[in-house]
Amino acid sequence: MPELSFQLVDETGHAVDAGDFRGKVVMLFFGFTHCHDYCPTTLSKLTQSLKALPGDMRDDVLILFVSVDPGRDTVEDLAVYTGNFGPRVIGLTGDDDDLRDLAKRYRTTFSYGEPDEHGNYMVSHGRAVYVFDSRGRARLMILNGQSAELIAQDLRQLIEATG
Amino acid sequence: MSPTDLIAWLAPYRFSWLAVTLLPLAAVLYGLGARAVANAGEQAGFWRPFSFFLGVLLCYLVIHSRLDYYGQYLFFMHRGQHLVLHHLGALLIALGDPVRFWKTAMRSLHIGPRTAGQARILRALAIPVRVLQHPVVGSIVFFGLIYLWLIPRIHFDAMLSEELYLLMNWSMLVDGVLFWLVIVDPRPPRDSSMPGYGTRLFMIVFTAIPQIVLGAYITFSRENLYDVYSVCGRAWPIDPETDQLYGGLMTWIPPAMMEAIAALIVLSMIMRRDRYADEQAHARAH
Repeated sequence: MPELSFQLVDETGHAVDAGDFRGKVVMLFFGFTHCHDYCPTTLSKLTQSLKALPGDMRDDVLILFVSVDPGRDTVEDLAVYTGNFGPRVIGLTGDDDDLRDLAKRYRTTFSYGEPDEHGNYMVSHGRAVYVFDSRGRARLMILNGQSAELIAQDLRQLIEATG
Repeated sequence: MSPTDLIAWLAPYRFSWLAVTLLPLAAVLYGLGARAVANAGEQAGFWRPFSFFLGVLLCYLVIHSRLDYYGQYLFFMHRGQHLVLHHLGALLIALGDPVRFWKTAMRSLHIGPRTAGQARILRALAIPVRVLQHPVVGSIVFFGLIYLWLIPRIHFDAMLSEELYLLMNWSMLVDGVLFWLVIVDPRPPRDSSMPGYGTRLFMIVFTAIPQIVLGAYITFSRENLYDVYSVCGRAWPIDPETDQLYGGLMTWIPPAMMEAIAALIVLSMIMRRDRYADEQAHARAH
């Protein structure tokens, strides 16, 4: 997997790129705020894994939640949503092209179902969490079944190895 | 569909040098060969070139157009892609009798070994081809490759690694062409190095059965065998079980039909041989 690179907008509406997050271990994850099961459980698992880290290490890690549903998720929605999961979760989004570029870079994709009468629709998105070290190099891929403890162990090793 | 839509469809999802060099090279060499054959006063015919170029075009489209995007992000589309690479496209290419035309083209371009050393290298390169075209080895490799790339662990890695993904698709295409070249070789087996018609029919049955078993296994499996499509997201929000069901059917039914068509082609070659033998006997009797 290539090193971390993107051009997106953060939850305060500012343009950001991957360089702004150098120096931190980054856990990148694709989703959307109307997601009822997978996104919230994954985000809470990731924040749980942070709690299992020693206090000083926690500050070295950021969780980037990339919304692939710019049609519904406004910057404000994102800020409210990620706020539920604590200060270490940052919401990002962008226009379709920028999001497609980022997804393609990590061999993942997203797509939308047909809207129902209320305008609600399904979003299919990748379920992996991509972990980058403080220099932006791709180091780990966290899959569905991994527990918060295991993730914390991996993070600790990664932080200790790269300093 | 508007022209811009069409262009967007034809654009590759991920550009591949292999696709834009090897397939056109094979096609150009074939065209030159067909022209050289025509210049020598023989007929290249219509159906062989038609079949060959159609096969190349289909293979190009499934690996280097929007179809490849769907092949990467939907399991059943991936199975469709391999159906074209390993069965339909490869069989159409083989039906074009490409080796004959490629050889003619090489001769007309004066490309060939110039020294004894080069000739030795060429002979050494021909050995793996001959091994892969051995009736037993070739048959095992033919269905073995399908099994290999569908081992969940290996399939997972192949869908996430650019290099493995290319290796997977090209190994399917090359192996498919080599296999079908044996089955539909138009020369009488006595005059060629290819096995007899009976052996060819055996190869078809011998490779069809394990594919049917695997296809049925995937179709009826209750577990989610290929979670890489959930990990990477799907090209449209189709239920994972439905995706796997369609993919299993795609592995099971169309390849079995292709093998049945190949068997019919071999049977027609047997009938033609017998008719020819009858005519010869008849001519001798007069």
